[in-house]
Amino acid sequence: MKWKQSSVLPGFNLALGYSVLYLSLIVLLPLAALISKSMGLDWASFWAIVTEPRVVASYKVTFGASLIAALINLFVGLLIAWVLVRYSFPGKRFIDALVDLPFALPTAVAGIALATLYAPNGLLGAPLDRLGIKIAFTPAGIVLALTFITLPFVVRTVQPVLEDMEKELEEAASSLGATRWQIFYRVILPTIFPALLTGFTLAFARAIGEFGSVIFIAGNMPFKSEITPLMIISKLEQYDYLGASAIAVVMLVVSFALLLMINGLQWWMTRHRR
Amino acid sequence: MSKFKQIVLAISLSGFSAFSWADTTLLNVSYDVMRDFYKDYNPVFQKYYEAKYKDKLSIQQSHGGSSKQARSVIDGLEADVVTMNQSTDIDAIVEKGRQINLGWEKKYADEAAPFSSMQVLIVRKGNPKGIKDWADLIKPNVQVVVPNPKTSGNGRYTFLAAWGAALKQNGGNEAKAREFTRAVFANVPLLDAGGRAATTTFMQRQMGDVLVTFENEAEMIAREFGRGNFEVVYPSVSIDADLPVAVVDKVVDKRGTRKVADEYLRYLWSPEGQEVAAQNYLRPRNAAVAAKYAKQFPPIKLFGVAEFGGMKAAQKKFFDDGAIYDQISAEIAKKR
Amino acid sequence: MATQIAHKVVTTEAPWVRYTLTGLALVLISFMLIIPLFSVFFEALHQGWGLYQAALVESDALAAIQLTLIVAAIALPLNLTFGVAAAWAIAKFEFKGKSLLITLIDLPFAVSPVVAGLIYVLLFGAQGWWGEWLAEHNIKVIFAVPGIVLATVFVTFPFVARELIPLMQAQGSDEEQAALVLGATGWQTFWYVTLPNIKWGLLYGVILANARAMGEFGAVSVVSGHIRGMTNTVPLHVEILYNEYNFVGAFACASILALLALLTLAIKSYIEWRTEQQAIADRRSATQA
Repeated sequence: MKWKQSSVLPGFNLALGYSVLYLSLIVLLPLAALISKSMGLDWASFWAIVTEPRVVASYKVTFGASLIAALINLFVGLLIAWVLVRYSFPGKRFIDALVDLPFALPTAVAGIALATLYAPNGLLGAPLDRLGIKIAFTPAGIVLALTFITLPFVVRTVQPVLEDMEKELEEAASSLGATRWQIFYRVILPTIFPALLTGFTLAFARAIGEFGSVIFIAGNMPFKSEITPLMIISKLEQYDYLGASAIAVVMLVVSFALLLMINGLQWWMTRHRR
Repeated sequence: MSKFKQIVLAISLSGFSAFSWADTTLLNVSYDVMRDFYKDYNPVFQKYYEAKYKDKLSIQQSHGGSSKQARSVIDGLEADVVTMNQSTDIDAIVEKGRQINLGWEKKYADEAAPFSSMQVLIVRKGNPKGIKDWADLIKPNVQVVVPNPKTSGNGRYTFLAAWGAALKQNGGNEAKAREFTRAVFANVPLLDAGGRAATTTFMQRQMGDVLVTFENEAEMIAREFGRGNFEVVYPSVSIDADLPVAVVDKVVDKRGTRKVADEYLRYLWSPEGQEVAAQNYLRPRNAAVAAKYAKQFPPIKLFGVAEFGGMKAAQKKFFDDGAIYDQISAEIAKKR
Repeated sequence: MATQIAHKVVTTEAPWVRYTLTGLALVLISFMLIIPLFSVFFEALHQGWGLYQAALVESDALAAIQLTLIVAAIALPLNLTFGVAAAWAIAKFEFKGKSLLITLIDLPFAVSPVVAGLIYVLLFGAQGWWGEWLAEHNIKVIFAVPGIVLATVFVTFPFVARELIPLMQAQGSDEEQAALVLGATGWQTFWYVTLPNIKWGLLYGVILANARAMGEFGAVSVVSGHIRGMTNTVPLHVEILYNEYNFVGAFACASILALLALLTLAIKSYIEWRTEQQAIADRRSATQA
């Protein structure tokens, strides 16, 4: 079997060659430098660095907070996408546009704005504080920042699927006597499930690496609210490039695995449908 | 398409050339809280330089966390001079980047530190928690705001000040000093990455009962947040934080700026330079200037990092990964 | 008519459910998006226009804005060209290893910005792979504009390609094949057939990439050197002003970035609206024909 199916369209070699070259220069080569740097360590010391208790605690914070944020967005994102597609209300177009704000707003600005708002003397933090709820400078602050940063993902993956959905299926189910909840659960949910999962994983992958917004609101307490990117920075502050590279490689592997999973999922979906 | 490529090329080339400096320029790579001092000092030095050499001099400033800035120099940021808050940052440039030659601290008087500061306690107006000294920081209902010793020189000085004060109180008992310092850090509700962020947390967000920071930061807080909003408490004993400077040998030899760079740093010790320092609440070395500003610098007992065998030894003993600070953090986290 | 009413009843929820869900969504959006956005402008303006304007015309702020624009102006065309080439290869052809290629293109999107900065330091830093050679030839990459451009190119790498690939896959290649059969050259086919079909998607990708390019903080912070008035981009300048306790200045510069974000979203909405209009017009002309 040939590795490429023949086509009458021209430009494959040029387009692919250029893409691969550019990809190699901008992404692969620098990442290779990172991996080769961490190779300066033997396996035992690499393992010792990446499993140090404080670093392990930071994985728990980073992955835990990212997971919670992605889960929150699974529901919030579905809700927003649903409302935007199915209902009409004044200002809908404005809200629809605003959903992309976290993509466009610099993360540091988001972090400062959220910390100012949710601090114990902030506009929203003060009333919450009176209720005994603390958000800024606790792990909840990290979840808040990550939820903000990753809000658009689920909305933007689910929205087009909902828009394309044929109403005939729902009508048929309804005429067969299904309740609205049954229709949602049995008909709509299975259709949008792959999109939900893709949005969830994208949000999760993005949240793991986030630094700029989190650092202003996290509190950064050892073992409690230190995120893994901060561990890299803290290693760099001690001029420990090897240690920093080792932790960076762990993060890189996780990101890569997650992305591979999404793309595998999408590939499986397109196959399954046909 | 080709025209477009030309434009892109032209823009990127202009990017390159814009950063090959024109006539005499100096780049001073410094740490966070020094920006106000150099904002005042640079014009004073420029005036002196232009009068003496009839030549225009422009000075570029770069500010950030002390260690982060040192790392940038190691990685190739072409600083003519570095002005840091701890000698280990300059030592790191000597060892890791070899841009500064050994023996930099002998090139100028006072171990190449033209002025010093010390850690003081900043409390809320009226001192509602009655904080007088280090011992009050371990009271159960007191919250202490400190920047992260792992990422900030300011935080490291605070750690050492608390440790040293306890050492003095307990006749040199290390175990007691460790216990005391752990109790202080158990009262820390959050760790900001740098000194400035810690001040913002304390003043702007109104978190915590006491902020431990440099004496000269207290003056900055007064200027920015108003004098009536807080009080400065001088503890019975504190740490003498020497703020060292050095010429970056490799860069000045390459750029031919050694003479200017050297003069820029040397002038820090001149009466004029010392005066600017005193105005920014940095403790001057010059006796006459010190006498003139004696009112704003209450005399208190100080100990230096020499107490710990120098900053390098202290870094290794306390702040390296897995060292005492990390152990203490782990113990605190377990107890909570 | 009667059947239509019946349809409405079965494919939507009871009014109280609709209102509750809409209300809940609006409350969440207010707390998570509108109030933070509002607070940026509030902090920037609450001490008056005068201070706000003064903060923006200050020379370091102007230099930061200029640098940000230059960086975006270099990074975007590079990623635009790449995005089109990659999408052409991936969407119009079938070959092995395609899935891996797509994953690699997505990778910069999931790499922590801190790591993105670190990798360029490892390559171009004085202690890095090529540090010595670059120093000998007096070429500055990091702590100068090229390094900032590289970091920006890295973080905005997937945007255009990500936008174009599904679009071009959905469109298939029938039109291109027809053009080729009719005797058009490859370039002509691309310019006159493919490009008009993807122009809105292309623009959308560029706009998102632009917003990200101008707002990037973490990666650029590692390679910038923070020299005032020279290598500070707007997000870095915001941090510096914030650390100087100049909150009005910090939020004023932040508001510029927020305005940019809003402008981006407005253009994006306009593009979506145009695409819809075009689709409706196409359908109409199709039914008329």
